[in-house]
Amino acid sequence: MTTLDLAAMLQRHGGDATRLVQILHEVTAALGYVPPATITELAARLGVSRAHVEGVVGFYSFFSAEPQGRFRVRFSDNITDQMAGSHALCQRMLDAFRLELGEVSRDGLVSIARTSCTGLCDQGPALLVNDRAIARLTPQRIGAICSLIRGEVPLAQWPENLFAIHSHVERRDRILAAVMQPGEGLAAAVARGAAATIAELERSGLRGRGGAGYPTGAKWAACAATPGPERYVVCNADEGEPGTFKDRELLAHHAELVIEGMTVAAFAVGAQRGLIYLRAEYPFLVAPLLELLERRRAAGLLGRAVGGVAGFAFDIELHVGAGAYVCGEESALIESLEGKRGIPRNRPPYPVTHGYRQRPTVVNNVETLAAAALVARDGADAVRGQGTPKSAGTKLLSVAGDVARPGIYEYPFGVTVRQVLDDAGAVGSQAVQVGGPSGTLLAAREFGRRIAFEDVPSAGAFMVFDQGRDMVAVVENFARFFAHESCGFCTPCRVGTTLAAQMMTRIATGVGSRRDVKDLARVAGVMKAASHCGLGATAGAPVVAALEKFRPAFDQRLRSLDVVPTFDLDLALAPAREATARDDLAAHLDEEGP
Amino acid sequence: MTDAPAPQTFQMDGHDVAFAPGQSIMTAALAAGRYIPHLCFHPEFTAHGSCKVCTVKVNGQPHASCTTPARAGDVIESDTDELTQLRLNLVQFLFTEGNHFCPSCEKSGGCTLQGVAYELGMTTEHFSPLFPDRPVDASHPDVLLDFNRCILCELCIRASAIHDQKHVFALSGRGITKHLIVNAESGRLADTALALSDKAMTVCPVGVILRKRQGFAVPIGQRPYDRQPISAVATAHPDPEDGHE
Repeated sequence: MTTLDLAAMLQRHGGDATRLVQILHEVTAALGYVPPATITELAARLGVSRAHVEGVVGFYSFFSAEPQGRFRVRFSDNITDQMAGSHALCQRMLDAFRLELGEVSRDGLVSIARTSCTGLCDQGPALLVNDRAIARLTPQRIGAICSLIRGEVPLAQWPENLFAIHSHVERRDRILAAVMQPGEGLAAAVARGAAATIAELERSGLRGRGGAGYPTGAKWAACAATPGPERYVVCNADEGEPGTFKDRELLAHHAELVIEGMTVAAFAVGAQRGLIYLRAEYPFLVAPLLELLERRRAAGLLGRAVGGVAGFAFDIELHVGAGAYVCGEESALIESLEGKRGIPRNRPPYPVTHGYRQRPTVVNNVETLAAAALVARDGADAVRGQGTPKSAGTKLLSVAGDVARPGIYEYPFGVTVRQVLDDAGAVGSQAVQVGGPSGTLLAAREFGRRIAFEDVPSAGAFMVFDQGRDMVAVVENFARFFAHESCGFCTPCRVGTTLAAQMMTRIATGVGSRRDVKDLARVAGVMKAASHCGLGATAGAPVVAALEKFRPAFDQRLRSLDVVPTFDLDLALAPAREATARDDLAAHLDEEGP
Repeated sequence: MTDAPAPQTFQMDGHDVAFAPGQSIMTAALAAGRYIPHLCFHPEFTAHGSCKVCTVKVNGQPHASCTTPARAGDVIESDTDELTQLRLNLVQFLFTEGNHFCPSCEKSGGCTLQGVAYELGMTTEHFSPLFPDRPVDASHPDVLLDFNRCILCELCIRASAIHDQKHVFALSGRGITKHLIVNAESGRLADTALALSDKAMTVCPVGVILRKRQGFAVPIGQRPYDRQPISAVATAHPDPEDGHE
């Protein structure tokens, strides 16, 4: 634990309250949490209300106003981590320190919790400790980590191999096979002209790769057409959808292409500043990205007269998120960039006219920007030549779960689910969740369907479940995820996701009733019809799909009653049994025993 | 002689509703005497559309009527069985989320949540109650905060920030743990700048922000929504949210 010179730190951030999330990261790194007195001082120095700062601290999973361990361990809780044994590994560590989940050890040494998918599904189970990620967990690795924590070895002195993140690219196509010289895409765009670059992009048919599929050219055109003193280009690298890790690969090994795309976008729309919003779960990408930005500055590809174009000034800043899935929604992301709680805005107006600091802003996914850089260099026809008429180009899929070869697969749009399964070495698959929990759950009879905007759209996740998997447990994991990640702004999502998670947990633990099944469908319907943003609108989708496609798995779990009392008298006696160290038949209310 | 421009209209439940530029579906409908159930909307504040109880269908698509601009020619559905069921479920969600015990609540009969629940025909909260642990804040000499009844409409936050320029209230937490906080390191209302004359004292639609020593000044049974349904109060009174004052 070090001390913190708040005044000096705030000076580095220009005393700018919109930098609050970045400031809170520094406070957390130094103190382990954000003490109430620090919140008061921050607010006073930044000229905002104390309650505002407290509200921001309270919003993000990676900030806390209460003391945390000096070592803060967070186990990734995606279903693929769970299938690879994460819960048992987490329990092993909890037992080693005699802690409960979410608890801080009395000596303040360690706290252990679960967190939403950390994007290492191809090499899970994974965890985060402070600002470092560890993949490929085994009982041995857990043992080693426990020893290092017990010995209070500073993270910087932990063996580097613990932190190694592997790259598993199994199929390369246009994007992953591309070799782009720095500045090549920009030079092509400059030669073509800004308006013609946007026209080329529109002709290419490129659609957003982050999930929504909005035509990229139209987005750039709308931003360019909005008058304003400044414009922004934002790279959405908040890859929070569980099961998705393709942006991690792009930023780790193809970041030049992504930055090229940002620079092309800036030239096309007339932006002066770029921002990368990187999820906090990818701390290992921070230093390489900063180095890359520095290299491009040195090469004249960022800064003044970028690429030798007189009057084209453009630079890029890196922002790190703080554990909030909803910030992948573009207007919530902008709120977060402005140092606020990540609440999706009311639309219209859209970010293209009123985005970051209410200025015209293009927000594009990492993969979209990489694809745009290639359109700028190679022209629209090269992209149009791949994929389907309605879904031009290629798509990166993050394949994980029950497959022999998890990793990144790049295909032209239109590839069948079955083809992907075969290529990844999946055997006996019963289901695939395409696009993550907010995407589409497919049963085996649907494996002939195609990955394309007009059939099964995907933000990139492709999680495979073989016949041995319990689909109720899968959906329960998704339901808990949405409840944890709801921003809480609107009633349907805030309450609906929690009710759905509770009902799914009841069903998964064998105390659900038919009424729960009926209510699940009802809650999902309310969320879909009335939610403020896509998170709530899709939160019920996996439950509804599973009820339709895997109904027997649910029915097996239900008690045959229409109503199961929510209060279980025998269960309520469990603490008494534990206290008296009894678990014999006489200590139970019914004859079934424990 | 000049021709006055013909008023623009949209259609709601089969009736033409005139609107002025800048009006939302909600403000135009209320002005025309057509009630749309709502909780977080207040005519004096910019709508933010969080409760979603005012959801209507605009040309077949659901939208919050308080944040959706009125547009000529749109066909709006509001008073339908489907939307009543949706609103009923949303109000049941709110009853499930907090601790709402109407018979002992000082706000009963003047409570928007209760009034809307009656309007929608709610008889039970249906879903398993969450029974959250929300301690009251009685630190202030003149004001009691009973967070158990908070529906997170943010009206006090908006009133304190915009009208009172004090920022006494804010939100913290996320999802189901989202909760109202006050602007003090101690977390106590007594240590904030709240004054009895603040606008924030008057806008709570439920019974969170209460004046001390003024309980039950109007007997239960004689309060606004005891006498008339909330739809009648809201469309008859220029300031429906203050109808109970």
